[in-house]
Amino acid sequence: PHPRCFQESGSWFLTTTPLVRSVSVDLNNDASLVIDIPDALCERDKVKFTVHTKTTLSSFQKPEFSVPRQHEEFIWLHDTIVETEEYAGLIIPPAPPKPDFEGPREKMHKLGEGESSMTKEEYAKMKQELEAEYLAVFKKTVQVHEVFLQRLSSHPIFRKDRNFQIFLEYDQDLSVRRKNAKEMFGGFFKNMVKSADEVLISGVKEVDEFFEQEKTFLLDYSSKIKDASAKAEKMTRSHKNVADDYNHISGALNSTAADNNTAFKKHLEKYAEVFEKLRKLEDRVASDQELKLTELLRYYTRDIQAAKDLLYRRARALADNENSNKALDKARLKGKDIAQAEENQKQCLQKFDKLSESGKKELTSFKARRVVAFRKNLIEMTELEIKHAKVRRLKCCVYHYMFTRQCSGSHGKPGNMREF
Amino acid sequence: SNDAENTAAHHRNTLQFNTYSHRKQLFSVCVTLSEATEEVSLDSPERQPILSDGPSPVITPVTPVMISSRADVFDRSPDQDEDEEENRDTFDIQISVSDPEKVGDGMNAYMVYKVLTKTSLSIFSRDEVCVKRRFSDFLGLHSKLASKYMHMGYIVPPAPEKSIVGMTKVKVGKEDLSSVEFVEKRRSALERYLLRTVKHPALLKDPDVLQFLESSELPRAVSTQALSGAGILRMVNKAADAVNKMTIKMNESDAWFEEKQQQFENLDVQLRKLHASVESLVCHRKELSVNTASFAKSAAMLGNSEDHTALSRALSQLAEVEEKIDQLHQDQACADFYLISELLGDYVRLITAVKGVFDQRMKTWAKCQDAQVMLQRKREAEAKLQHANKPDKLQQAKDEIREWEGKVQQGERDFEQISKNIRREVGRFEKDRVKDFRVVIIKYLESLVHTQQQMIKYWEAFLPEAKAIA
Repeated sequence: PHPRCFQESGSWFLTTTPLVRSVSVDLNNDASLVIDIPDALCERDKVKFTVHTKTTLSSFQKPEFSVPRQHEEFIWLHDTIVETEEYAGLIIPPAPPKPDFEGPREKMHKLGEGESSMTKEEYAKMKQELEAEYLAVFKKTVQVHEVFLQRLSSHPIFRKDRNFQIFLEYDQDLSVRRKNAKEMFGGFFKNMVKSADEVLISGVKEVDEFFEQEKTFLLDYSSKIKDASAKAEKMTRSHKNVADDYNHISGALNSTAADNNTAFKKHLEKYAEVFEKLRKLEDRVASDQELKLTELLRYYTRDIQAAKDLLYRRARALADNENSNKALDKARLKGKDIAQAEENQKQCLQKFDKLSESGKKELTSFKARRVVAFRKNLIEMTELEIKHAKVRRLKCCVYHYMFTRQCSGSHGKPGNMREF
Repeated sequence: SNDAENTAAHHRNTLQFNTYSHRKQLFSVCVTLSEATEEVSLDSPERQPILSDGPSPVITPVTPVMISSRADVFDRSPDQDEDEEENRDTFDIQISVSDPEKVGDGMNAYMVYKVLTKTSLSIFSRDEVCVKRRFSDFLGLHSKLASKYMHMGYIVPPAPEKSIVGMTKVKVGKEDLSSVEFVEKRRSALERYLLRTVKHPALLKDPDVLQFLESSELPRAVSTQALSGAGILRMVNKAADAVNKMTIKMNESDAWFEEKQQQFENLDVQLRKLHASVESLVCHRKELSVNTASFAKSAAMLGNSEDHTALSRALSQLAEVEEKIDQLHQDQACADFYLISELLGDYVRLITAVKGVFDQRMKTWAKCQDAQVMLQRKREAEAKLQHANKPDKLQQAKDEIREWEGKVQQGERDFEQISKNIRREVGRFEKDRVKDFRVVIIKYLESLVHTQQQMIKYWEAFLPEAKAIA
């Protein structure tokens, strides 16, 4: 199944037949609630995802339905879940990043401006490249939004969330109001406090062996995976640059051929063809590497952060628990408000125990999920690398054969076909 | 040649070059020459290209003779030209430049290269000759060839560029990667230069070339500043400027020249653009290599941090694969550079030489024009003296007229000859161009196939490791 991407009067429309989304695996195993994003529409700045649900659950009104959703509505859903106290002991699936069409949009702009100064072939070629770029960004953003929903639907507790159901089902605009200044700054402050609390996480005396290990592991792994993700991105970008250079070389060879009227002309045109093929293959390598490796690392960087957030919440609860113990002791000493202090202490302990219990489950399944996803992606990436290398080898052999056949007599050395 | 391979193996260890230095030299194409050369009689002009002073060929022995005066190869007969073209089949000559060695210390230091010539041609005194030459020797050779042949319309292959920065680093003794790369780049350029030079049928037989390749001692080339590639370029450009300043624009009766000149102008622009794109490719490929190595390290760290054993091991192995692939990228960058980028660089410089001969033709025409003007003046002067009753002066005037008539004739002959030479040279250039590019593309494709082959090997070895994650 191959995604199609086409343009209609300024908008870009992507349809994808179920591509295997592999950033997180086995998320659609439970047939009682199956979610996917079969297509998306990009109009100017806005992306509208079609969220498609198939369900046997009675809590929904229909067995199958679709709604259009924008990125902001996904963020709203994520934020309401984060703010739900009940879910403090769960790893909240990370919010999908905003769709970034800046690259292709810039290119489209250049295309529009330069249309008059280009030949028909150049224009068609640039348009094709532009479509490929849009498609690449589309694939990424659809994948990441889809996985977010599938993480929720495959989780025994999140799938029952009322807001989640509204998100899936409500066929009108959710009218998610944009965050006002206070909320935005509130969020900022919260983030600031959160990273300061990394100190808290490390500082608090850990009583539980499991959490002690997890803490050490997550703090270290988090910085390593962030670094790996950045390095993978740079690597992918370099591949794209090489592909671009092949493109320019091919164009320059064609220009040189156009000006030439000797036997050289045909050769130049053939060489231009070679570099064009090399470009296409390099592009494919770059985009596959991005989807399988770079996106994988990016996703798990976010997911690790979500796990750390869980640890943070538990550390907070532990701190609260200790404070409540101290308060109870103080109350007992003073002989005042003891009952209140006892109640407070009981609640804090309960909260802490609940967080610890569910946290342990979550972190264990998180590891399993991570391992499965890495395995799947590394296998797929490797298979694609092998495939692309074989195709490139074959194409180069074919051209090599073609060019050496042109050799007549003893001029030049025939290539070592036997070696290949 | 073995020497080349040993040198390159050494390079490989320091630079991690791979296929291109140690495989056959880039241009080890057999240069084939006329079989007829052996059979041509001793008194044919072909055998003594540079010795005749006057119009009639002089019989000379075969051994190369040092000449200092200007060559008069104008007197090649048209038949020989055709023979040349057809008979490029049997003899061969192989040249390698290798084993760069630093001589001396500090700012007076210089690099010496081993020049090995293997040939079955009889104009050489031995089958195999090995000499030591320094960079200024090459420049000296080119300067001599340019001064002898350029004004006749021969496309003399340009010498490699001087580089103060590059050489200073080497002199100062920096053993870092960039100095080693610089020396390798220069070695390769010198080799290509010599191969291009001997590929030219007239230059191959030039005594200066033969001396350069065979003689164990070579007189030091003086004043290398004037001899640098840039210096020659300046000479060529001066000629071009002179042409541009010509008040009488040449009446081009031959459309071929006009057309060709325009084509070479266009080609110059196109090739520079193409060269720039390839340089960008080399640069980005090197970046890709650096970024891949960097990712490999990062993946290794991630693997160490990973607490799931099987995944940890797989990530470490992924890091190893990426390290190997980094090496492949480096090799590919070498191929990008030494095959394609340097070819284009060479051709950009060659085009300058081609444009130079067209300008020389214009200069020749201008000289012819000037001679005609002079002759006219002399005739007018003589006519005046007819009625002046000064018999001495009249005789002198008549002598001068004869002198200038001779010069006009010579000028016309020169112009005709240079035009013919250029046509032949351009034809040869265009044929060689097709061959050169094809050879390079074929080798480039080989490099790509080799790289992909290795990649397949590495990834296929990794696949079971990825599948083993449980």
